[in-house]
This record gives sequence, C-alpha cells and structure tokens, in this order.
Amino acid sequence: MSNTIKIKKGLDIRLKGKAELVIRATKQSATFAIKPSDFKGFFPKLSVKTDDIVKAGTPLLYDKFNPEIVVVSPVHGRVAFINRGDQRKIMNVVIEPDGKEEFEEFPVANWKETERDSIIKLLLNSGLWPFIIQRPFGIIAKPTDQPRDIFISGFDSAPLSPEIDFIIGDETPTFQIGLDVLAKLTTGKLYLGLRPASKLSKLSGVQINHFEGPHPASAVGIQIHNLKPLNKGDIVWTINPQAVLFIGRLFKTGKLDFSQTIALTGSEVIAPCYLKTILGSEINSLVDEKTKNEVTERIISGNVLTGTKTDRSDYLGFYHNQITVIPEGNEYEFVGWAMPRLNKFSMSHAYFSWLMPGKTYRADANLNGEERAYVMTGQYEKVLPMDILPVHLIKSILADDIDKMEQLGIYEVIEEDLALCEYVCTSKTEVQKILRKGINLVVKELG
Amino acid sequence: MKTLRKYIDNKKPLFQKGGKFSKLGSTFGAFETFLFTPNHTSKSGVHIHDSIDLKRTMIVVVVALIPALLFGSWNIGYQNGLAFGIERGLFENFFFGFLKLLPLIVVSYGVGLGIEFISAQIRGHEVSEGFLVTGILIPLILPVNIPLWMLALAVAFAVIFGKEIFGGTGYNIMNVALIARAFLFFAYPSHMSGDKVWIFDLNNKVPVDGFSGATPLAQLAQESSTKLASIHDMFFGFIPGSIGETSTFAILIGAAILIFTGIGSWKIMLSTVIGALSIGLICNIFAINEYMALPAYYHLLMGGFAFGAVFMATDPVTAPHTEKGKWVYGFLIGALVVLIRIFNPAYPEGMMLAILLMNIWATLIDYFVVEGHIKRRMKRFTIKGNA
Repeated sequence: MSNTIKIKKGLDIRLKGKAELVIRATKQSATFAIKPSDFKGFFPKLSVKTDDIVKAGTPLLYDKFNPEIVVVSPVHGRVAFINRGDQRKIMNVVIEPDGKEEFEEFPVANWKETERDSIIKLLLNSGLWPFIIQRPFGIIAKPTDQPRDIFISGFDSAPLSPEIDFIIGDETPTFQIGLDVLAKLTTGKLYLGLRPASKLSKLSGVQINHFEGPHPASAVGIQIHNLKPLNKGDIVWTINPQAVLFIGRLFKTGKLDFSQTIALTGSEVIAPCYLKTILGSEINSLVDEKTKNEVTERIISGNVLTGTKTDRSDYLGFYHNQITVIPEGNEYEFVGWAMPRLNKFSMSHAYFSWLMPGKTYRADANLNGEERAYVMTGQYEKVLPMDILPVHLIKSILADDIDKMEQLGIYEVIEEDLALCEYVCTSKTEVQKILRKGINLVVKELG
Repeated sequence: MKTLRKYIDNKKPLFQKGGKFSKLGSTFGAFETFLFTPNHTSKSGVHIHDSIDLKRTMIVVVVALIPALLFGSWNIGYQNGLAFGIERGLFENFFFGFLKLLPLIVVSYGVGLGIEFISAQIRGHEVSEGFLVTGILIPLILPVNIPLWMLALAVAFAVIFGKEIFGGTGYNIMNVALIARAFLFFAYPSHMSGDKVWIFDLNNKVPVDGFSGATPLAQLAQESSTKLASIHDMFFGFIPGSIGETSTFAILIGAAILIFTGIGSWKIMLSTVIGALSIGLICNIFAINEYMALPAYYHLLMGGFAFGAVFMATDPVTAPHTEKGKWVYGFLIGALVVLIRIFNPAYPEGMMLAILLMNIWATLIDYFVVEGHIKRRMKRFTIKGNA
C-alpha cells in the first residue's frame, strides 16, 4: 500500500559535483572522534578518561539528565585526546584505533519475541539511541516517551546529496530488520518516504509513501506535515536511513558495525564519488588529495544547506553521510550587484539561471550581498511546502513571543525544513540560527 | 579593478573603528559595497546563498522605471511645444525634457541620500538601498514645474518622518515617495494641482490660443468628458500630467520587467486593476452623473493609476506581507481610487490617497490573515483531539 504525494513548492539548487555511483578507495582514518556539538538536547558527561582502552560499543559520553542515553566508540582503541574549549566545554573525544576487532556483545538472539522495553534498553546500551530524533524540536528522543508514529525519509533531495538506494546497496535485508525493530517502538505506524522509483519500495511492515517534487521533499518534517501533521502535545520519532542500517546490523549479528558509505561531493572535488568509511572518521582521511586546490576551499560535513563547516583536521558529523567541498568565495566582486552573473544560480529571475535549466553551477560560500532588514515578501513561501507562515514565525522568534511561536507552528519545523528559506533570502537573514534559538527557548520554557 | 581594490583596502583602516575617519564608516561602507560586493561568507546555517540581494532588487526596479522616465522626459518637451507652438524633433523634445528632469532627480537623490547617510552614520548602521528607488520615484510623480526647494523640503520630510524615525528601510509603514507627494499636495496645493503646473513654463508664460494644460482628471472635474483626450493619447501618454505617470504603455513595460523578474507582486497589480474595474462598472450601472458614466477602463488610463499600481502599491515593505493579504490590499486600493475620484471632487486624483490609506490598513489586513491562519491550525488540532 502506498500513495504518491506531489510536493510543488521548493527549489532544486543545481550544483556541480554530484557523486558518481562508484565506491573509490580511501585511507583508513588515523583517529576517530565523537563531537558532542552534533547532538541536540544532549548534555555531555564523560564516561572515559584519556588513555582508557575502549571497544567498539563502549560508552564515551552520557547525558547529564538522562544518563541511560550514551554515545559509544565506533572502533576499538585508546582514548587519545579529550579536547575542551571555552569553559571546559567538551569539543571532541578522539579515539586512536589499534586495529583489533573487538566489539561489545549485545544479546539480540530472540529480539522478535522481546518486549518494547528491552529493545529500547538494547538501543540505549548500544549507543544507537542518539540516532532517534524526536519531533517537535529535533532533539534526541526521550526513551520514556510513547511516540505517535515513527517517520523515516528514505531518500535525500538536498543539493548533491547521496543516493540512499546506493548507500544501502545489497543490505536491503538488513535494512528490513532495522525497520522491523523500529516498528516495535510505536503503537502507531512506521512511515517510510521514498522516491517513486526507489528499490526500497518492496520493503514490508512499513507504510510507504512516495514523494515527487523538488527539495525539501526529502526533509522528514515536510513529509510529516504532508502525511499527518504534528500538533501540540504530539511526539513522533524520526531516524535517518543510515541509522536504520546500524540498527539492522546490530539485531542481525549482536555486534555494532559502524561502517558507512558516504558521498564526497562538490565542485572542488576532482572526481566526486562514494567512499566506504567508519562513523567519526577524520575529514582529512576522506578528502585526502581528492580536491582541486585551485581556490580557498570550504569543506562541509553534510550538504550545503544544513551541513557544518569543518576543516581537514576535523571529523565527519555523527548524522552526516556526505562531505561537500565548495569554494570559500571570500573575494570581492566588482559591482557584483549590476553584473549579469551568468555563472551564478538564483531562484530570482533578476538573474538568468532560470533560462538555462540544464546548467549546473559552482556556488561559493559568499553571501552575495549584505545583511538587511526584511524588505522582500513572499520569497520564503515559494520554497516551503507547508501550511506555515515562515516570515511571521521567524518574526515571532525575534520577538521572543512563545505563544505566537506555538500558534504559528514551531512544533512542526526544524532547521532543515526552513534551510531553503535562508538560501533564497534577499536580506540574508540567518533563518536556521534564529529558528534554533526559538526552539531552545520553547524547550526551556515548556520543559 | 585590482588597483581600485588595493586603494580601497589601503584606505579602509582609516574608516574602521579607531581610525581617523571612523565617524564616516557607514559612508565609506556604502561606497565600498557599491563598487565591490563584499567578501563576507556565510557563518551559520546555509553555506551558499542566492545571488539576489537588496542592491540587485532595487536596481531592477530602477531599470523598470526607465521606460516611464524616458517617455516622461520626451513628454515634457512635447507638451511644452504644444503649449507654446514650438516645433521640435523627437530628440529635441527628449533633451529639452531631460534637462528639466535632471535637476529634480539630482536634488531628490542628493537630499534623500544625504539624510540616509547621516542617519545610518548616527546609528552606526550600513546604508540601506531603499532610497535608490524612492529617489527616482519622487521626481516621476511630481509636476515638472515644482520648485527645487520644495522638492528638497518634501524629500527631507518624507525620508525623516516617513522612514528614518521608524528605523529605516524595511521598517516604514507608509510609502516614502508618496509621503513626499502628499506633503507637497497639502503644503503647497497651488504647485501641485490646477492647469498651470503640469507643463514646463506654463506658470510663467502665456500659451497659444485654446491650449489647456489640464490633465484628463481635471478636465473631467471642471468641464465635461466631451473634451477628454482620446483613449490612444491617454494610453501612450501624450497628455499633461506628472512626469512619469502619463504613459500607461511605458509603465506596462516596467510592469512586465517587475513581473518577469518576480520583484513586483503581480497579485497586487492584478487585484488593483480588478478593484478599480469592479467599482467602475458598478458606477456605470447607476451612471447618475458624468463621473459615474465614465467607462470603467478609463480609470486605468487616467492620472496616477497605472504608475501607482505598478510601482507604489507593490512596495513590499508597506504592502501586506501575506500572499492572501496582497489580494485584498490591491483590490481595496483599486476600489478606493475610483471611489475617491467619483465621490470626492475636491481631489481629482485618488491614487496617492488610496495607497497611503491602504498602507496603514496593510498591517490590519495581515493581522486578519495571520489570525485566520492560526485559527485554521488550531481547528486542525481540535478535530484531531476529538477523534
């Protein structure tokens, strides 16, 4: 049973550097790291000290308020560094692998007969729990909650995003196990959003919906809104397809296997392709000498809309399965505002990219203008396929008006849903930053 | 360009904090960013941004105004020739008019930008681009005989009390260009209406026999519709009137540019026309006097209707910010214009007042649209809650 939903509003930003569907060789990362800043709604406390030996699956961090939520080491090795920033904030925990293949063992033999509670316990102990994200707010789910439904977006429509079908490869049966496990966590439905042509459409025990149309069709918030909108008091859980695979592997073998296939993309990559790696790898081992080095490069963990700016010494984000390398663009452009800018993409017809529908672009990180007060109207609405007034929501956040935020739908959105609004903004408003500020305020006020 | 960039980079520290001329930082920044799009890159959120910015947006509007501006220049010469029986060629008419228009534009930009720069400086802000458009709009909606000092006064009033006291571009509640016009209209009515003001020099010299400098709206108010200019003349703009507003044709070219680039709201333009036509047709049905009998579509060609609908009503800051609100807003502007013209003979021109009034209502329209939106969302909640 499936139905097709057409997303009409949105925008596909056509960039150069989509990954070719091949897996190329890559160096084994010298170190692996977990970065607490990747986790929303998680207050990190250390479970290890420097020089401790950890197995793949040994907890490194736990949450101050929910100590049963832990983040585990992806590999066997030694805790090499615990880097701290301002006010002794933990920046990352770095593991130096020693080549041993030792895993924490988890009792999964009879999981089909086990209760929901024991499955949750298994997910918590194995460190896979932080992959389960709750809506509203886009924070790590609370194990004590009963989610109305669980939503998975089984494709990615963001610029240059990896093909999820390709990443799953021949592990579809494992993916199915992951889905079966998740189905036990809710009394509601398990939803999987796919492109109509996806080979995952044959999976069972899950409500499959097909989505057509431009980005943000793959954003899980958009899918929830178009299938069964979230109201005040509702809680649903979401999880990304990569993590469904991790769960599937755990329940298949009883061991954690954090190997993942990621896409190396972007205009500055010589030959964009897929790489096999392990969660938490160092960026340098993945990017290596695969970029052009023509200009100052910006390396992004994730995609250009929602990813995090990193550098070679940093590590791939916990939730990311993509690296994008684009020009930094920290250059001046002579009377740029008056130029035809034939090599720049724009949704606006004030430039000409709309006349060249097949062309792809080498976009850089330049703001292409200065920040201003809101002047133009109706732009955000064109790229947000939701029954939400985005500008009014953002303004209610700027005014710290929690009642209005609630009424205007802050429960339904997180950063990725509004990322395109930020992209198209004439006034260069920092939409995602403002939205997170609003969400944090609501979380704080409402507990 | 590299030498210029180097020169700017050299001088920049002087204007930054602690520099000798740090008090002129905003001014320096305005010129610098005018010459070079800055090298700022994204710090949070999305890593790439659309190429569009406020400078580009504003420049597109200025480009859209060029047809009206060119035609307006020519028409100054042409009307002057008609009035005094002087024969001129196409280019002579144009240059005659252009030389009359140029001082108005220079004064408008000079005074307006001067105030913008000073107030940005006082607040320590960047200079916003809003006045790039306002500065050219103001001369185009004035009669050619307006004295320069009056123009300067009106621009100063409009920029200070219409915009800067609210916080600058993006925060004003009424259209700045129209505030300038309204200021002149009420402060110096003799320079803003009547038969003498629309044609260059007509206030000083005696025209040839039988020439009347009255605009079609004034003709309608004073005399009768029998003397009205032909539809052809009104559409192409061979009539007396404010500099930029006479040619509906030139304005439509501008409208096409605004709509194709997506910078002007077609919803507002269309609904303004619909509003004017509907009220015009209703009046036609009753047709008790000449005004009401005037075919509804005449209203679209006369006075400032077209210019107002395309360039003034669509100002995104003072129009409603919701898409539904834009329909209501446009419709009410169109309806009000015709109502003011027909039922308020004291002001033959209704466009300025209709838009200013609706500017004030725009917030209210938005309020109802947003409340309706919230109610619908809440309803979704209760239906679900009962189920």
